Amino acid sequence: MKKIEAIIKPFKLEEVKDALSEIGIEGMTVTEVKGFGRQKGHTEIYRGSEYTVDFLPKIKIELVVADGVLEGAVGAIVKTAKTGKIGDGKVFVLPVENAIRIRTDETGDKAV
Amino acid sequence: MKNKTTSVLRLLAAVASLAILGAVTSTLHAEDAQAAVPAAAASPSPSPVPFAKASVADQIAFLSAAHENSAPPTTIVPESDPGHNAWMMVSAAFVLMMTLPGLALFYGGLVRSKNILSIIAMCFGITALVSVLWWAVGYSLVFGANFTPTGGTSLLGYIFGGTENFFFKGVDSNPNTSYAYWVSQNVFSIFQLTFAIITPALIFGSTAERLKFPALMAFVFFWMFGVYFPLAHMVWGSTGLMNGVWNAAAKIPAIDFAGGTVVHMSSGWTALILCLLLGKRVGHGKEPMPPHSLVLTFIGTALLWVGWYGFNAGSAVAADSIAANAFTTTTLATAVGAFTWPLIEWILKGKPTILGFCSGAVAGLVVITPACGFVNTTGAVIIGVVAGVVPYIFCTVVKGIFKYDDALDTFGVHGVGGTCGALITGILVDPSVNGNLQAVAAPGAPNAAMQNGLITAITNHSLVIAQAKAAGVTIALAVVGTLIIGGIIKLVIGLRPTPEAEHQGLDITDHGEEGYAH
Repeated sequence: MKKIEAIIKPFKLEEVKDALSEIGIEGMTVTEVKGFGRQKGHTEIYRGSEYTVDFLPKIKIELVVADGVLEGAVGAIVKTAKTGKIGDGKVFVLPVENAIRIRTDETGDKAV
Repeated sequence: MKNKTTSVLRLLAAVASLAILGAVTSTLHAEDAQAAVPAAAASPSPSPVPFAKASVADQIAFLSAAHENSAPPTTIVPESDPGHNAWMMVSAAFVLMMTLPGLALFYGGLVRSKNILSIIAMCFGITALVSVLWWAVGYSLVFGANFTPTGGTSLLGYIFGGTENFFFKGVDSNPNTSYAYWVSQNVFSIFQLTFAIITPALIFGSTAERLKFPALMAFVFFWMFGVYFPLAHMVWGSTGLMNGVWNAAAKIPAIDFAGGTVVHMSSGWTALILCLLLGKRVGHGKEPMPPHSLVLTFIGTALLWVGWYGFNAGSAVAADSIAANAFTTTTLATAVGAFTWPLIEWILKGKPTILGFCSGAVAGLVVITPACGFVNTTGAVIIGVVAGVVPYIFCTVVKGIFKYDDALDTFGVHGVGGTCGALITGILVDPSVNGNLQAVAAPGAPNAAMQNGLITAITNHSLVIAQAKAAGVTIALAVVGTLIIGGIIKLVIGLRPTPEAEHQGLDITDHGEEGYAH
């Protein structure tokens, strides 16, 4: 089992979700987040006051998948979230020890 | 236990003061009733009859006078005209709307979300406090006249009105012909009350997010007596020092149609001094303090613009041609200001902002205020351009150089804009739009503007000198008054909340509420 954490541009969320659904991924957790990498923030001007906003809005998608599905899922995210411009985001893959479905007590691959 | 005792004492003090007010009121009204009898008996001319019982010729003369907004004939018992009265009641309500909720939203959107309620409390608290002051003494001190001897002048009478209308004595539905031939005096007094409300409320944009509520209310109380009442009387009182249009004995025959000096300069210059006395917000210049809702600011701006028709066109105190001109010039100057400010931003900073549209519109409204009933439409467009340029420079460049924390730019927009307006009115004045600036034909009865030199000044293009003097008096009064009142309050109860309270936000620390449930 692996956990995929993908930070993407907010307007790409629908496309990424659809692509993941197409390859049979049945669930994910989505969070609105703020952060920055190489993409610079922007400047906001309120009359005489100028503020540099470093943190940009991004979407974090978290999903845990069986090892066999990992490659397809990561590929789908990278393919659909790509614009080719700076600020497209990153995908992290982490090992997961176990998973439990609360309703049925199922564990491991059956639970994800 | 100590807290409880203090609360009870406060309650008793409040009840006692109300009782004293009531007692004084009834005494004054009793005197009024006694005085009325001999005055009527002494009158030699045939007593006027009610409108319905007058001859048709007298009725026509009466209605014609109302139509022209001229002095009513003495043959009919004075009464207000429905048309003029209707417009003035609407205007008064419009100007109240400028404060509640217009200014509350305009300023409220510009502060951080933890301080929105402190702005609303400021606007509401001032509305309530000033209304009571106005009823008790304010209206009389501004629009009374008995400090001035009949046929003469006095220093006190130039600065304050009189005592005859304390507790609204005599302020009933009949007109006070010193101010409006055809508008009920109670309507006129409430119309003027709404100006007395918004003026102090404007001040506290500069002090936003860091002035504690008790200090604010104490400041307003003393500032009304020390700055607003005298200034409003000097400019608009029939015996005022600077009332060029209506006071034949005015020492400084200046003109201010709707309050460039009384409202905007007084609040704006007070705002500058008070924000200097107060100091900068904690974290100012180090942490971002962006507006929490420009949507609220936009709604507030739109309400201010609409309400300002009551403010400017209503200041004709009649539904006449002067009001119609003020209505038109107000629209043009505001639109041009709202065009110019964001255009400059677009050119210099790359983007036209919503705050720029709002600021330009308000600046346009401010600068046209003293001029609206005295300039033509070309003048209004010029004023709109000035409003978009000069306050912009003060809010973005000058404030940055001197590093004062005029949080919401009350000085930059109202102080600077009001001063520009007062001076420009002296340059762009056009007597053809306002009959009160023209010499009357009858040689035996020169109007006030002829006697005090106003019309000569307009003819010689030297009115701007009187306007500069009036502006100087206004600045001096606002600056000195604020230094004294603000300084004393700072010493006695302090102006600022603790840094911790300021960090937490005034909504919770001063009012025990939050504007938004998170």
